[in-house]
Amino acid sequence: MPYGPHTPEDRAAMLEAIGVASVDELFSDIPAALWASELKLPPPESEVELTRRLRDLAGRNRVDLVSFLGAGAYRHFVPAVVDQLLLRGEFYTAYTPYQPEISQGTLQTIYEYQSMMGELTGMDVISASHYDGASATAEGALMTCRATHRERVLISHAVHPHYRQTLCTYFAGADLVADEIPLVAEGPAAGTTDLAALERMLADPDRPVGGVVVANPSFVGLLEPMAEAARLAHAAGALFAAVVEPVSLAVLASPASYGADVACGEGQPLGIPLAYGGPYLGILGCREPLVRQIPGRLVGLTTDIDGKRAFVMTLRAREQDIRRERASSNICTNQALCALAASMYLASIGPHGLRDVAALGAARAAELERALAGAGAARLHPGPYLNEFAVRVLNAAAVHRRLLARGVLGGLVLAEAMPDDPSLADALLVCATEVTTADEIEVFAAALGEELAEEAR
Amino acid sequence: MTAAGHRLEPTIFERSRPGRGGGRIPHPPREALARIPAAQLRTDGPHLPEISEPELTRHYINLSQLNYAVDTGFYPLGSCTMKWNPKVNEWAARLTGFAALHPFAPDELAQGTLQLLWELEQWLAEVGGMRAVTLQPAAGAQGELTGILMVRAYHRSRGDLDRTEVLVPDSAHGTNPATASMAGFKTVSIPSSPDGGVDLAAFRAALGPRTAAVMITNPSTLGLFESRIGGLLDAVHAAGALAYMDGANLNAIMGRFKPGEAGFDAMHFNVHKTFATPHGGGGPGAGPVGVGEKLLPFLPTPRVLREPDGLFRLERAGERPASIGRVRSFAGNTGVLVRAYAYMRANGAAGLREVSDDAVLAANYVKAGVARVLDVPFSRHCMHEFVASSATLKAETGIRTLDIAKRLIDYGFHPPTIYFPLTVEEALLVEPTETEALETLDAFVGALRAIVEEAHADPEALHSAPHSSPVRRLDEATAARQPNLRWRGMTGEQTPCPD
Repeated sequence: MPYGPHTPEDRAAMLEAIGVASVDELFSDIPAALWASELKLPPPESEVELTRRLRDLAGRNRVDLVSFLGAGAYRHFVPAVVDQLLLRGEFYTAYTPYQPEISQGTLQTIYEYQSMMGELTGMDVISASHYDGASATAEGALMTCRATHRERVLISHAVHPHYRQTLCTYFAGADLVADEIPLVAEGPAAGTTDLAALERMLADPDRPVGGVVVANPSFVGLLEPMAEAARLAHAAGALFAAVVEPVSLAVLASPASYGADVACGEGQPLGIPLAYGGPYLGILGCREPLVRQIPGRLVGLTTDIDGKRAFVMTLRAREQDIRRERASSNICTNQALCALAASMYLASIGPHGLRDVAALGAARAAELERALAGAGAARLHPGPYLNEFAVRVLNAAAVHRRLLARGVLGGLVLAEAMPDDPSLADALLVCATEVTTADEIEVFAAALGEELAEEAR
Repeated sequence: MTAAGHRLEPTIFERSRPGRGGGRIPHPPREALARIPAAQLRTDGPHLPEISEPELTRHYINLSQLNYAVDTGFYPLGSCTMKWNPKVNEWAARLTGFAALHPFAPDELAQGTLQLLWELEQWLAEVGGMRAVTLQPAAGAQGELTGILMVRAYHRSRGDLDRTEVLVPDSAHGTNPATASMAGFKTVSIPSSPDGGVDLAAFRAALGPRTAAVMITNPSTLGLFESRIGGLLDAVHAAGALAYMDGANLNAIMGRFKPGEAGFDAMHFNVHKTFATPHGGGGPGAGPVGVGEKLLPFLPTPRVLREPDGLFRLERAGERPASIGRVRSFAGNTGVLVRAYAYMRANGAAGLREVSDDAVLAANYVKAGVARVLDVPFSRHCMHEFVASSATLKAETGIRTLDIAKRLIDYGFHPPTIYFPLTVEEALLVEPTETEALETLDAFVGALRAIVEEAHADPEALHSAPHSSPVRRLDEATAARQPNLRWRGMTGEQTPCPD
């Protein structure tokens, strides 16, 4: 074992103190019939060999392409100070702050995370973190059912497909119903959540709805009628859960401002690496009256017995280690270090910096829209977007594949992510952020133009 | 005191001054947002801190110094396996090829990560004696949910709809009953036998046509191997139910016991415990789940597949209709799994077996020392952790486990897990792990001995402990009665920082 401290003499001394002749004796409770077969794994590697192998494996991934891929995970600039600070072992090798007297660092950073995310979303309460945007959305939807004692939610078809699928998995387990709100098929609102359909679905007296879940921006990048959807939900006695992208909240209306009761979303854009899907940051927040429904840890401000200001985990009676089968969720380990990364990112970039990130992404995306339209790929939907949008490309999967050979990762083939939606059959979902350059846009547009010309022949 | 800093920090909001910081992002063109309808735009805030890089750095460094961590000292937090987190793993996860890979990258661009994930699945399956593994769950509790949802899908696929109960021993982690509830089952709590093990007769009495699954932690939360596990698994299967193993305590048994071989149908692995990925102040971890033949069709999607040509790919949507579906977005906490992979590669089979041997050796060594100063209710050999109790000390001196825990802080140690398992009065659950030197283990036992002496000589010093930490015992009642869960708008209406 490469990381252990024991010498043969140490082991002998321990065996003697215990009063056994060998370590095998310590395992005498394992019945012989259940002894393990030989463990067959590759041989151990020295750090020299290990680092060579890992570098080789990492090198087999291709991260050098010009990329316009977003779809729920975004490339952003991260100030160098963030990762330097994250490498503090006092943060990353501690665990849940069960002993507050020697965990004030972790506790205060969680409180500050809750506060910053509270500023972005306008929510009164933010959990210390959930796993990712998908599981946070599922838990947020479960909260709406618990709070209303109703057993059905309506979720927009324009919410990220992974979030919808995760929500379905969680809801099936809880014997609850999740129905999808269809999208407007045509006209100026094409591709956004169909409010008329929502109103009809909410009106069914036999199947009362506990929560309505809509994402802004939607999976295909469109801005949604959040205020109207929230109003319809509330008129039917349901709660409204907004799925949000945190960078966009520097410039877009906050969930609180349009009446959301629950806010959830993916915190990855706040300084967290793409890392093939995780670890990310599930953002979950709510208005004060729902505080006892929110799953996961909460940190509050208090004082110690000497009157010094201090922080502590609080309202613990919601949690599994206290409440067991009546807990609001089974969550224990969360994504605390990712929440810390998000706080450090927000603090290092500041309110004006975050606004610049969002607005510069929007500006680059508008340039991208013009360039792609010039290359023959016009937008699929007419409505407003922030920094991500769908373009119509015939034979999108084949074109996308050929673009890879030209060194361009041309976004997402929408039919692969949402095969059940015929309106997205010939489309790519593309995004730009503050790190997208004019040169990259030119390379993409030129390559796409040539591929589309090829297709047309 | 190993937590070096004592100076409390102002909040980052109190450090904020308008006009500080910035300069990292080029300014966008003025009209960048002109195309967005005004009703969609934000009119207020957000009021985030404005802070310069030196101030920011000192804020977080000073805060970090208020923490106790594995990197600063001994952290024998039972059930959490606070072992050493190798530094090379942090380096590995930050390699650009891993860290910059987009989760929707086409398979052909992701061959390095996909191969790593595929190999890690095989190795975990080998350690657990399982048929296959999913790496998707983000934490142990989500692994439990994944496992129990598969159990549910299995019974439903057979038209067996009456199985509404999950049996859980009363010594189980709270996540087990909470998971059963989330998966739509009723929890039936089974009392432990007097020797701390599963009560086979009680289980037999509770098992029946309504039982969907039994959730067992083995070694148990008392740090004991369930020697009756064979009989229990036979009874579970005879009743038509499935057996789920909570793998929280896997660090004791690698190479000695493979749950799948013994008959468990599913288990989760806590890579942040057994496979040395850091705990991050509460997370992230990862909770891969292994399954036997019966649950194979129900694994969450997507799985990582290897094609006949040796290339790797992710399963496509709808490819395996019996799947329970997704339990989260994308492939999993891949950055954490890179660290676990590096750890398993560095150790190999012999190393992992030695990990468990040394973890069990250290726990029994500390137990022998602690038994001379506190109650140790179960005297047989423990696995990687053991339970002590201060019940006798409390009767003699009024000093409780909480007091001992707080006083340990003054001696420079992180306290063990306290008041868990719930089945032992005044419990301390001690898990030293395999990476602590003999001198450290001796010093910990010495501190406990000194505290017990203090309990008799000067109990007041213990009631008021800790004395040397950055803050002392907290007013948790007020925190819960009048929750203050976020800083409000930098208005200065808050309790100001004392410094």
